[in-house]
Amino acid sequence: MRIEARENISLTMKTLSPVMAVGVAMAVCSMLLIWANASPLEGWMLMLKGALGSKFAVTETLTRATPLIFTGLAAAVAFRAKLWNIGGEGQLYIGAVVATWLGAGSLELPSYFMIPYLFIAGALAGGLLLLIPTLLKTKLQVDEVVTTLLLNFIVLLFVNWLVFGPWKDPMAMGWPQAAPVVDSALLPQLLARTRLHLGFILALASAVGVWWFMRATTWGFEIRAVGASPKASRFAGMPVNAAIVRTALLSGGLAAMAGVSELCGVKEYLTLDLSPGFGYSGIVVAMLAALHPLGVVASSIFVAVIYIGADSMSRAINISNYIADVITAVSLLAVLVSMFLAKYRIRWR
Amino acid sequence: MPIPVLKLTNITKTFGSVIANQDVNLTLEQGEMLALLGENGAGKTTLMSILFGHYTADSGAVEVFGKQLPEGSPRAAIDAGVGMVHQHFTLAENMTVLENVMLGTESLLSPRHDKKTARGRLEELMERFCLELNPSARVKDLSVGEQQRVEILKVLYRNARILILDEPTSVLTPQEADHLFTTLRQLVKEGLSVIFITHKMREVMTASDRCAVLRQGRVVFEAATGDTSAEELARAMVGSEIPKTRRADRQRQADREMLCLDAVQVADATGKRLLNNLTLRLNSHEILGIAGVSGNGQAQLADLLSGLIQPTAGRIIIQGKPLAKPSPAAMLKHGLGRVPDDRTGTGLVADMTVMENLATESYRQPGFARRGVLNFKAMASHARQLIKSFDVRCPGIDTPVRKLSGGNMQKLILARVLADKPSIIIVNQPTWGLDVGATAYVHQQLLDAAERGAGVILISEDLDEIFRVADRIQVMYQGALSAPMPTREVERAELGLLMSGNRSPQGCALGGAA
Repeated sequence: MRIEARENISLTMKTLSPVMAVGVAMAVCSMLLIWANASPLEGWMLMLKGALGSKFAVTETLTRATPLIFTGLAAAVAFRAKLWNIGGEGQLYIGAVVATWLGAGSLELPSYFMIPYLFIAGALAGGLLLLIPTLLKTKLQVDEVVTTLLLNFIVLLFVNWLVFGPWKDPMAMGWPQAAPVVDSALLPQLLARTRLHLGFILALASAVGVWWFMRATTWGFEIRAVGASPKASRFAGMPVNAAIVRTALLSGGLAAMAGVSELCGVKEYLTLDLSPGFGYSGIVVAMLAALHPLGVVASSIFVAVIYIGADSMSRAINISNYIADVITAVSLLAVLVSMFLAKYRIRWR
Repeated sequence: MPIPVLKLTNITKTFGSVIANQDVNLTLEQGEMLALLGENGAGKTTLMSILFGHYTADSGAVEVFGKQLPEGSPRAAIDAGVGMVHQHFTLAENMTVLENVMLGTESLLSPRHDKKTARGRLEELMERFCLELNPSARVKDLSVGEQQRVEILKVLYRNARILILDEPTSVLTPQEADHLFTTLRQLVKEGLSVIFITHKMREVMTASDRCAVLRQGRVVFEAATGDTSAEELARAMVGSEIPKTRRADRQRQADREMLCLDAVQVADATGKRLLNNLTLRLNSHEILGIAGVSGNGQAQLADLLSGLIQPTAGRIIIQGKPLAKPSPAAMLKHGLGRVPDDRTGTGLVADMTVMENLATESYRQPGFARRGVLNFKAMASHARQLIKSFDVRCPGIDTPVRKLSGGNMQKLILARVLADKPSIIIVNQPTWGLDVGATAYVHQQLLDAAERGAGVILISEDLDEIFRVADRIQVMYQGALSAPMPTREVERAELGLLMSGNRSPQGCALGGAA
């Protein structure tokens, strides 16, 4: 078996390969459904209905996509610069911690000041958190995969301490949660009687902003060049370390905005189940989008459809909702393999 | 007529849509030295790999001593008496000469190795072919020329009757090269047959009996060396007239000092001196050639002048002003244009487009960016104009640089560097891997830059290149530079001595060296 690079990648192949990947993923997961004594066809129908079947379903899906867009952008930006930020989860929580600290009554501001203030403060905290492993990387060549990953657990334990200890809300009937944010910090709903909130618009704006930043600014140009070839960038006189530090601030900030958005848009108070692993799912989202900021929006919605749909399906036909995790994982693998096969061909001899 | 020792009939080999060899016919007679010429990518190495069984030909046959060789079996080729000396040596560095020669000739499972007999045979071979070496020396302690002798001995030890050498002189000093050809002559006299692959005309004319030229996978020319000329061979290689580089006799009196290295030292982390007490003066309107065998500090000198490494002692003085803190950006700011040897790794960001690569050194200039926002229109028109005036062949400015040929990559780097009108230009191995046409283009650009008043430092391992374009030559050996010599007053042999540290090569009873 040999692997050869394809000389030309046709547009048909580019568009068809992700579609085929989803098809393969569905085929594999169908077998799981059969194994669970469910009809695959009915399962897929229920899933589609649960995720996109009604106005409410669509808003739920978009609400779920909102934090994924932020963490997906965080991963896409960092990975573009070959800064392997696996710490999105920790940065998300630190954003929520700062938003709780400033937004849960210590300060009264009108809504149109409060919301930007919390987002900016949260983003700064997330950026600064990622700065620690980044400086360890640029100054001492410490591997950031390890440090960013381990920082997640430190931050989660810190939040654990906060919600069980000093920040525990006496009004929460003993539940480990912090006091809710004030009303002026809550993100307004976009549609009445749904959970879809302003955070979704901010996420879309961030995606466009990041896309423009990476493409059209000198700093974005440096980040792309450094990611593609640190050696050539250094030779060309680019500030390599500064570019990596800027990437870290941007990436950590975006991940933290997911935390602020979830806190002020959905949960309203800090708990340990604020995020069911949005920070990690962001990596999946970014990979599916081939690290393209606008693609992140599409892949976030795709992943959200699977999650919401699988959740609804598993409730309807009474099977474990872990099926959602399996479907996302299989889809990701299938898409990554198809992206590889679109670029390379395998020869058997 | 005796049977030829080697006969290639109608060899064709394709890789995908690329034709590497097409209907190649070639014969080698006993006791003959055949030179196989061709540019990079002409198919020389593919042809030899087919002969040696590394590749299987699509069609055609290989006959050795009248017997057809089975396809795709290096073992069969070795057993039939074909021996190959690769351009990049395949020696175990931490083993002795004797062990390297024996390696692979005995079963790994045999309980004991008969070193005594092997040593006797090796010494006999060394004496017979005048290849002096200490059999118990470790390979890593040997010079490059000596390592090559080990490779040749390895092949002879396996009873090779046909020797194939791929670019054998590319790593040698002129003296070592002369010594090699003396050895090869001796082999031929003993009845062996030799094919050597090269693109150096001088070697063909002085050493070979017959020569064949490959172009685009075909044999386009074949003649006895005595019946042809270097010009004719060059034409056959390129397929057209070679563009001649022209150089004007420059006015020398207006020269100013552009760059000066004052007792510069560079040491690595362990304190080992990589550059030792370098002193160099570069004037305007001149090309200073830095000659030397690879690995004598040229890489460090290029890195130093590119701003990638800092001197541990000494000063870099640019147009009279000492440089406080060298960095790539500082070098660019002071008008130093730099062309690195590693095009895809260092010179260009391979995954970015032609336009982006042309901007990597200038994107912050006011014309290309305002308040941190890039001006794509200006970048695009700049790029379009540069690829036109530097004749970079590419489908468009949005093509990823990865898809360009080596020659076009080098033109792209030259375009980027020369567009800024640098007053000092540092080029390292600028024509490595380029064809004759692209090489002539690069040389012309350097000569033109010097004529405009720039000072050019040309670091090269190719002496022919240095002789063609440099005004003065300094030789680098073990991190130190020789005194500069005007090109017109220096002899090739003299340079060779300096390149090998002023030691004359070990003499041999055969004589005839240089």
